[in-house]
Amino acid sequence: MDDLELIARLRRGDEQAFAGLVAAHHAAMIRVAQAFVPDRGVAEEVVQETWVGMLRGLDRFEGRSSLKTWLYAILINQARSIASRERRTVPFDHTDDARAEDPARFAPDGSWAQPPVPFTEEVEERLATAPMLAHLTAALDQLPPGQRIVVTLRDVEQLTSDEVCGMLEITPGNQRVLLHRGRAGLRRRIEALLEGGD
Amino acid sequence: MPLLSADLACRDAVELATDYLEGALSWRQRRSYERHLRSCPNCSAHLEQIRAMIAALGKVEPETLPPAAQADLMDVFRRYRHEHEGRGDPEPPDG
Repeated sequence: MDDLELIARLRRGDEQAFAGLVAAHHAAMIRVAQAFVPDRGVAEEVVQETWVGMLRGLDRFEGRSSLKTWLYAILINQARSIASRERRTVPFDHTDDARAEDPARFAPDGSWAQPPVPFTEEVEERLATAPMLAHLTAALDQLPPGQRIVVTLRDVEQLTSDEVCGMLEITPGNQRVLLHRGRAGLRRRIEALLEGGD
Repeated sequence: MPLLSADLACRDAVELATDYLEGALSWRQRRSYERHLRSCPNCSAHLEQIRAMIAALGKVEPETLPPAAQADLMDVFRRYRHEHEGRGDPEPPDG
């Protein structure tokens, strides 16, 4: 179903269409909201307000962006305004020169001292299984907030770089730093899991 | 971003993986990174693992909502529908 058809069904009051949209995005929206606000309860409030905001705006939606992009733009605005009420800000600016990979894994000449633990074909297949995906989402929830938000929007929800930079008001370079650190952090978590013999 | 020399060190190469996948490297940087990958199985494995991670994240299934949360949201939707219908409906809204 494309966005315009989905919108038409929502406007007609089709409960199944709304339930499908909720099922597809609610959990990822909670993950993003939780990176902005202090606790799960407040994050749920942000997401609920986002759904209300979306429904109220349905008549004005013209399909210039995707429904998903629009939904996340509402979410980010809601989360930002509640975060500022609670005097919290998510640091998106990374002007430090920290590295995504642990410098201790490299020899003084810059070559690998502890190379990546190989992912065999079997491991790559296992990555798509429910237990490994559960490890991956648990690891995602432990990333620093900026990385968690960017990785969720880009790699889980598959929004484009332009969409994510626009809604978070960050530069493409900054977004790539957060994305890379997040992905590298997840890679290390899965690698550690493999080393642990799981 | 690390400075690139003719011989890119692994420590610097691994930092370029996302810029590479995003098409954000200059032509020179890309050439240097690709040359490094051809001679370095470890950095190739690193890039493949980042790719595998991205593919796996794209397969994260939406979690099932607890029934109470689902019910709350359906109430939100019914309220919206009620308000929405109320606008064009000759019947007076409840309350």
